[in-house]
Amino acid sequence: MAGNTADKIQGGVLGWVDARFPLSQLWNEHLAQYHAPKNFNFWYYFGSLALLVLVIQIVTGIFLTMFFKPDAELAFASVEYIMRDVEWGWLIRYMHSTGASFFFVVVYLHMFRALLYGSYKKPRELIWIFGVLIYIVLMAEAFAGYLLPWGQMSYWGAQVIVNLFATIPYIGPDLVTWIRGDFLLSDATLTRFFALHVIALPLVLLLLIVAHIIALHEVGSNNPDGVEIKANKDENGVPRDGIRFHPYYTVKDLVGVGVFLIAFFAVVFFAPEMGGLFLKPANMIPADPLVTPDLIPPVWYFTSFYSVLRAVPDPFLGVVAMGAAVGILFFVPWIDRNPVKSIRYRSSAHKLNLAVFVVTFVFLGYLGLQQVTALYGELTLRFAVMYFLFFWLLWFHSKERSAVFTLVSFVLLVGIYSFYDYTRFDPANAQLLLTAWLLPTAYLFVTMVVPLFARSLGRDRPVPERVTA
Amino acid sequence: MKPLIVILSLTVLAMGPVSLQAAGPSVPLDRVAVDVTDQAALQRGARLYFNYCIGCHSVQYMRYNRVGRDLGLTENQVIESMIFTTDEEGELTGPGALITNAMTPEYGEEAFGVEPPDLTLVARVRGEDWLYTFLRSFYLDDARPLGVNNVVYENVGMPNPLWELQGWQEKQVGTNGEARLRVVEAGSMSGPEYDRAIRDLVTFLSYLGEPMQIERQRIGMYVLAFLFVFLGLAYLLKKEYWKDVH
Repeated sequence: MAGNTADKIQGGVLGWVDARFPLSQLWNEHLAQYHAPKNFNFWYYFGSLALLVLVIQIVTGIFLTMFFKPDAELAFASVEYIMRDVEWGWLIRYMHSTGASFFFVVVYLHMFRALLYGSYKKPRELIWIFGVLIYIVLMAEAFAGYLLPWGQMSYWGAQVIVNLFATIPYIGPDLVTWIRGDFLLSDATLTRFFALHVIALPLVLLLLIVAHIIALHEVGSNNPDGVEIKANKDENGVPRDGIRFHPYYTVKDLVGVGVFLIAFFAVVFFAPEMGGLFLKPANMIPADPLVTPDLIPPVWYFTSFYSVLRAVPDPFLGVVAMGAAVGILFFVPWIDRNPVKSIRYRSSAHKLNLAVFVVTFVFLGYLGLQQVTALYGELTLRFAVMYFLFFWLLWFHSKERSAVFTLVSFVLLVGIYSFYDYTRFDPANAQLLLTAWLLPTAYLFVTMVVPLFARSLGRDRPVPERVTA
Repeated sequence: MKPLIVILSLTVLAMGPVSLQAAGPSVPLDRVAVDVTDQAALQRGARLYFNYCIGCHSVQYMRYNRVGRDLGLTENQVIESMIFTTDEEGELTGPGALITNAMTPEYGEEAFGVEPPDLTLVARVRGEDWLYTFLRSFYLDDARPLGVNNVVYENVGMPNPLWELQGWQEKQVGTNGEARLRVVEAGSMSGPEYDRAIRDLVTFLSYLGEPMQIERQRIGMYVLAFLFVFLGLAYLLKKEYWKDVH
């Protein structure tokens, strides 16, 4: 009888709310009645994990804001105050600093999943575009946050990045002064970056994430087979290969949460500096506008794009190249026009292309952390070229190309960068230059020309009607 | 997508250890293993610090009583052996205050050419090996204003405050052209004794850099243990629910 009364009260309250707010409807549409493909694999954990990191960042961020002083005179000391005097402050701060890096780990893996299974393809182009916007806002958010501890790396890293805008012709220098709010990076910059970091950018981020999820739930999730589960529904209009998100994927994601938190807290408690990758030793020195550090590498999650910047000798063109390296992501849904979504049924040439892209991106990231030497400079240039060639090949593999088109475009592409090599040819560096020249050339040759002779390497495979188990 | 995961991990492995330290010192560093759980070593290190270092180098993000608590000292011991400054009214600085000193930036700059840096975080900036080597690498050099130079930090403004303990060293060039230091005037400690004293001092500096490091790792074990249990339960729950998915 007691249970009966409880049901009544619960139903009553819920009914009262539902008459005024679509609570049950939202619950059903986005969780209990939202049907997701039943064949999600490892790569599908990172969406929900990104949400988890977001919550960690917001909650720890709120507590940090209570103790942090956004003032050039006080900021550094207030961080150490949090680390030493605030109860559990060190844990909150390490969770936040580690969370920033883990956010990018998770987001990069999430984006890579989309590349693997063609999740950006029709009808999911807008989900992808919202995603790229989230990624860009996240970069801005991380950049603004990195300035706040007001250490040497905070200061000089921000100096380098803000000065990128100075390379823009005509308006550059004035634009930089406007961004800084001063003629040099100062308290005025710190306070505005604080405002951006704690309120403006998080608001934009939240709105974009809501849009990302609404768009996803409108068209439904893709899956590792790239099969549209909505094309095959039972008599009740439920996809035969779909299962309800709640409870199936909520409990499955809980396993992902467990694994993630073990990795996350292993870093927080045992390696919060992550060997200098997450927290740099030089950032333990208070900012000093008069002392420039020997080496000012950005944090690891920016270094791939930083390498693209450094690959170009002209500063402004370098900034353009870096912008293009990020901006080209917006166009991926229209670059890759191959109707086959999943890499499972794509050609070997495409698989190789994606694998090389991973290597390229990771190497660019590594090179971005290093001092430029002749060897590293040359490698940076080649990998930067290969970064962009990936997108060319993504388009090229949209369908089987004729031998003539393949050979002509191959010769043209190799010709373009070979001509650039010719203009900068220096007998002293000939061996390095020619060896490095082989990198993009072999990449193009194997992914474009070789399939001409071994046709099976360039051929996509038939996609099944239903998802495979 | 196993091959891709393999390629990804191989790529990361192929890059080897990432060296992120800025341009390092010109000499190879001696390695030191410090144990911040060793309270006796911390106390010996603190004694050295408060007898020889604090005059120039503040620890302005730490409080006296925190050091006292973590090192197992009574408040009286803290007041007697660590606090040498007074507040604005001329009263002895209280044990809850941040660890500062009487050195003004102007005076420091006048005396040494550069303001002696605060050392709260120096172990995190330089690393323990660097500190251990640096503090043992002063040598006599008439070309310098204070008559002392250092092979780890060329032309450093700092004299050797521990010369009474270590004695004076001279730089000689070894057979392979490497710099070698030799004690030419003995101090109150033998070579090994001095090395141990410096190890204690570096232990204390390491503690200052991150006073919660022991607690952090201790709590970390409990958190990870809990998470493994959580993961096990989550996995069983998932398996139970997914029994009916075919």
